[in-house]
Amino acid sequence: MKFNIPIGPQHPALKEPISIRLSVEGEVIRDADLRLGYNHRGVEKLAEEKSYIQNIYLCERICGICSHSHSTCFVQGAEKLLEIEPPRRGVYIRYLVSELERVHSHLLWLGVAGHEAGFDTFFMYTWRDREIVMDLLEMISGNRVHYAINTLGGVRRDIDGPLKQKIFDGLAVLRERSEYYLKIGSSEPTFVARLAGVGRLTKQQAMDLCATGPTAKASGVALDVRKDDPHDFYDEVEFDVVTSDLCDVLGRTVVRIKEVLESYKICEQILRKLPDGPIAVKSPRRAKPGEVVSRYEAPRGENIHYIIANGTEKPERLKVRAPTLGNYAATIEMLRHGFIADVPLIFAAIDPCICCAERSVEMVDARSGEERTYRFSDLRRMANERARTLPLQRNVAWPL
Amino acid sequence: MAALNTILYLVVFPGILFLFVYSTFVEWFDRKVFARLQNRMGPTHTGKSGLLQPIADFVKLMAKEDIVPDKADKKMFSALPVVGLAIVITAGLLLPVWNIDLASPGPISFPGDLIVILYLLSLPTLVLFLAGWSSTNAFSIIGGTRVLTMLFGYEVPLFLAVLSPAVLAGSWRMAEIAAFYRAHPLLLLVNLIGFVVALISVQAKLERTPFDIPHAETEIVGGTFTEYSGKKLAFFRLMADIEMVVAAGLLATVFMGGFGGGILSAFVQFIAKTLLVVFLLTVLRAVTGRIRVDQVVSFAWKWLAPLAVLQLLIVILIKGFVL
Repeated sequence: MKFNIPIGPQHPALKEPISIRLSVEGEVIRDADLRLGYNHRGVEKLAEEKSYIQNIYLCERICGICSHSHSTCFVQGAEKLLEIEPPRRGVYIRYLVSELERVHSHLLWLGVAGHEAGFDTFFMYTWRDREIVMDLLEMISGNRVHYAINTLGGVRRDIDGPLKQKIFDGLAVLRERSEYYLKIGSSEPTFVARLAGVGRLTKQQAMDLCATGPTAKASGVALDVRKDDPHDFYDEVEFDVVTSDLCDVLGRTVVRIKEVLESYKICEQILRKLPDGPIAVKSPRRAKPGEVVSRYEAPRGENIHYIIANGTEKPERLKVRAPTLGNYAATIEMLRHGFIADVPLIFAAIDPCICCAERSVEMVDARSGEERTYRFSDLRRMANERARTLPLQRNVAWPL
Repeated sequence: MAALNTILYLVVFPGILFLFVYSTFVEWFDRKVFARLQNRMGPTHTGKSGLLQPIADFVKLMAKEDIVPDKADKKMFSALPVVGLAIVITAGLLLPVWNIDLASPGPISFPGDLIVILYLLSLPTLVLFLAGWSSTNAFSIIGGTRVLTMLFGYEVPLFLAVLSPAVLAGSWRMAEIAAFYRAHPLLLLVNLIGFVVALISVQAKLERTPFDIPHAETEIVGGTFTEYSGKKLAFFRLMADIEMVVAAGLLATVFMGGFGGGILSAFVQFIAKTLLVVFLLTVLRAVTGRIRVDQVVSFAWKWLAPLAVLQLLIVILIKGFVL
């Protein structure tokens, strides 16, 4: 007997609203579907009304975890449009923050995965150690979450000698801890029993469905913007793209821990090679008409910003493709043939950032369940229509 | 005098009052050890080192609004917490917490009390299932069915594991079993496999990680307890705590030689041995993750049940050839 159960928009396993519709037979999922649009914030529209420099801080607020990845992605594109080249020291500090952010994001995800698998001790340990990298980020940028270190043409804060030493010390502790987590994550029997074989995604499927980030890497697809399209300085440092052939949630866990170890490597190289000089150049306010696509390897996968400039100090259009959106199609495939008990785990394994990926709203008729996409002009027309046809209510008492 | 003794026995020791105070202490101990293993502080503020925190939680829950869902079976929904609490307290009364004179044992020790306490410990599982079922909430119903599914896994290994020391001692009476092992302490080592099996089964019975599947919060919210609030939830939580004390006491009686000596010595032994069992259960809780319900059943029948049978075989061989 098949029946449909909805998970979300409100569900304890979901930190943000999304609707997963499952068609199940007993405990086994036969089909799945996703509905987005519960957390639309109109970021793209807002970006058209702000100047380039203001948009950095808007983009930073697209995501609360990979905030630096969105602002960096935007800044990379905007700098091309504005035709400025940030100084090397600025670039190095910018991507130092990037890699530290990747560490904090992956450690956060590890804890969440532990919690979803009911392994709370793992959660407490990883989140305790995440504080080390959060403190480093605070020392570098002054903030724990929205670092606000990017600016057009470089970064806003410099790193001095004592701080460099502190970062080295913090990285040494973190590396030791991460190696321990790699051991735990791949050998603790209950944890492995819970993760192995769950949410399978073959290499072919991962490529067909355009999976990205650790989801693709765990299926054996070595997809990494840092290697494929080495922007700014990634061709100057040595690191490996971590992949795994496990194709399941366990593989995604292992990939993330190993990726963190690679990030430590990159951070140490950055600190050792850190060139002297200024950290930023002055940027013009207006960009010549043109368009640019900016790619960036966020902790969750490839982040794409597309910017059109029209010659004014505001962009004509900003299109944001958050990595989570790229992974949704693969998630549906992973959910199929799984157990209901595995849904939170599978869904959490793509490290979803739901509100980052919300770009549209779908209207559902509450009575018939019919779904329609409206244009803004349609909505305005409907509102006017309703205002005109509603009977005028006189002598209405103010409810308060 | 006999009547007064009975009342003291029912109400004070090891009756309701003692079980209440001790189970809250055990909950504090469990929480504190769990927290320290996770590198957290655990309860700190209420009382010295947060000792009164479980009692504060209980009082707070008692004062909270008590909601009964419209569609729930109201009588059953309301009766179940009290019934569950009564069952575990009754089971607690059967524990031989002092050195019972086997010649004139009184009402609490009788041949076969081991079987009775095992059955009384099975009943809360049924209560939890009914609680989930009568809430009519989708999460509660899934939780309720998971409770029953797990029961099929761990119950048989638990019974087999607990009965094998009894076979070796040649008695179904807990006080006699304990006395037997106090007389032959080396024979306790024979039952080590059974102790491990019983420990894991008790962990499953108490629905603690890795077996906290019926109320896996990331999957089914509160599971069986989703609709419970206020006094009823407080009673259920107290029930779980007392069940832990009773189960730990049972394991200490059967596998650790019980609580001999005078009243004071027996009392100290009871505290020490139950806390040891609870400590082991807490460590197990801290170092594992939650597994799936089908994995529980297959684990129980692939590993626990064969190990329990092996234990029984060892016991029978030793009884036949050595003793």
